[in-house]
Amino acid sequence: MRFFEYEAREIVKRAGIPVTTFGFATTPEEARRAAEEIGGPVVIKSQVLTGGRMKAGGVQFADTPEEAAEKAGPVLELVINGQEPRGVLVDTKAEVEQEYYAGVVWDGIRKQPVILFSDMGGIDIEEVAEQHPDHVGRQHFSNILPLSEFQAKQVVAAVGVTGPALNKLVPIIKRLAQMFVDNDLTLCEINPLGRMADGSFVALDAHMDMENEARARHKALLEELGVGDDETREAREPTAFELAGEAVDNASHRGVAGNVTEFDGNIGLVIGAGGGSLTLFDAVRKYGGKPANYCEIGGNPSVEKACGLAKLVLQKPGVEKIAVMMSIVSNTRVDIVARGVIKACLELDMDPAEKIAIFRIPGAWEDEGFKILKKYGVEYADRSVSMHEAAERAVEKIGGRAA
Amino acid sequence: MSILVDSDTTFIVQGITGREAVNLTRECLDYGTGAKVVGGVTPGRKGREVHGVPVFDTVAQAVEHHGRPIDGSVVTVPPAFTKDAVFEAIENAIKLIVIVTERIPRRDVAQMVELAGLRGARIIGPNCLGIIVPDVIKMGGIGGPAKDAAKAYSPGPVGVISRSGGMTTEMSSTLTATGLGQSTAVSIGGDAIIGQTYAELMPLFEADEATQAIVIYTEPGGRMEAELARWTTENQSRLPIVAFMAGKFMDEMPGMSFGHAGTIVEGIQDTAAEKIARLAEAGIVVAEEISEIPGLVKQAVSERTPV
Repeated sequence: MRFFEYEAREIVKRAGIPVTTFGFATTPEEARRAAEEIGGPVVIKSQVLTGGRMKAGGVQFADTPEEAAEKAGPVLELVINGQEPRGVLVDTKAEVEQEYYAGVVWDGIRKQPVILFSDMGGIDIEEVAEQHPDHVGRQHFSNILPLSEFQAKQVVAAVGVTGPALNKLVPIIKRLAQMFVDNDLTLCEINPLGRMADGSFVALDAHMDMENEARARHKALLEELGVGDDETREAREPTAFELAGEAVDNASHRGVAGNVTEFDGNIGLVIGAGGGSLTLFDAVRKYGGKPANYCEIGGNPSVEKACGLAKLVLQKPGVEKIAVMMSIVSNTRVDIVARGVIKACLELDMDPAEKIAIFRIPGAWEDEGFKILKKYGVEYADRSVSMHEAAERAVEKIGGRAA
Repeated sequence: MSILVDSDTTFIVQGITGREAVNLTRECLDYGTGAKVVGGVTPGRKGREVHGVPVFDTVAQAVEHHGRPIDGSVVTVPPAFTKDAVFEAIENAIKLIVIVTERIPRRDVAQMVELAGLRGARIIGPNCLGIIVPDVIKMGGIGGPAKDAAKAYSPGPVGVISRSGGMTTEMSSTLTATGLGQSTAVSIGGDAIIGQTYAELMPLFEADEATQAIVIYTEPGGRMEAELARWTTENQSRLPIVAFMAGKFMDEMPGMSFGHAGTIVEGIQDTAAEKIARLAEAGIVVAEEISEIPGLVKQAVSERTPV
């Protein structure tokens, strides 16, 4: 889950890392008051969960509170990459001597967090790593041993920083790493980390993601920041169709009908499980099919859940037929999914034989499942028909009608 | 022969009284030569039995009851309690831990994996279905009930490593249908941080005489394929590898999460296209469809074994 910059700043501040004085505003009047409190030139930054703010005009400068209000108005209205801003951050315009970068991410191969540090801040760290590899320090640290100052010292010294700057940076870097651990972050970045005229360091922008699975452990923090439980903070807001999919999944406790995602094709997909869905979605597209949705069923869903999902997909505008396909199941029962999708057709006054292009779920309870499908004249396949062959067949049946 | 487990392997099930764990225990007892499930642990349920397996409050009690060290544990406790359960297993000298539980925060996973490394233990998973040696033993839910597992898996020369539990069975079943059995199949889990990656299991397969080829299932996200590609190149592996990559469509929609937790596309190195290129560079054959895998395995094996 991504944080807005104003939230990330607050977390950085709480971690004991110096930040410039800032305020959050949702109206020009609030922006004026924030600028007044800061008492000097300010920067107004659009609060969106996407990059390219500067280029889009979402970052403005103002010398007086009145100008701040004036400049904040249009920024508050400005849609960037399809996102309406949550508000604006009103920040002190700082006089920076030099910009640095400090971040922490997970390394899935070493299975430890790694601190990244560079004396070339203000630009993308990937770019620095590629063009000036000797300007990026890396330091892994243990998941079990307490964090030590020498690790922060090593990563700073690795790029050649010495003198008072080194000694001032060490506690900041250590706090950043501790903050990463304490808040179950998957990424945190301070970029730029500015060195001011007096030699002190201040975080001028912060970027961080918290692991979704760990949100429950940070209820108090999220509440204080005003992050709602229902905020997914995905790359885009869920559509009505996707929310309906979530409701189907939540309606019954048993099994999973997850990751329902909307696409604009004509083939409805009731597919599973995790890896099977990825494989089948690729397969449908490989044979020229246009999926109307993505989803992952599994974990032995109830008849109601399979039925609810199938109904949702069948009723989606533009869907001609559905394909019900999974990799071989061992926990999920074939007969239960079969009953669910047939029930969905019948309740919508649709003919299962016509609406279900193909049913390809081999595995546990398949004989019972195939018997039911046969009774309703639904085309089905066992494991002798590959996942790709089943996907091809589904595309063929729909293409034949749509063409 | 096999890797990780064999017919003598003893293990416990932590969280044994949960609904899924009860089924899993039945399946393991029934499969192959019958797994030696020597105990189960659920705090507060000491004295009960699950399909004849004695239940204890602690791992230490299970070890004491068994009278000798226990080889493994299948952990199926809720995410909030998994770290403690795994620490308990490790500190009671268990060396092979299969974590079934999903949705464990990665900080916890990383802690478990690091402690396991310090104690010489191995973790498989989390978010995985475990390990199967066809007709011999299964440790975990892999393949499902014994009769379903027997339909998909057969003994033979192919080592299978997969980030998806279901696809482990799908691929093995496809191999079985063409007469290619499996030496050991391992569902390694789909999370961003896992106990054993492809490259970490390769030395075991390399040392296993029964294994003549490897089949892997992979997804976008992470750098485990790059690690595998590097390993095979550096170690001049005797084993040909055939890979299948799912989730190619995700290259077109960065930032969206599909499939397993590890598949969030975070950077160019994580894309399906990039991974396929890396694997190919290391001489790893990438199959377009699952059904092509058996043919590619046979071809790769015959190319490496001069007649």
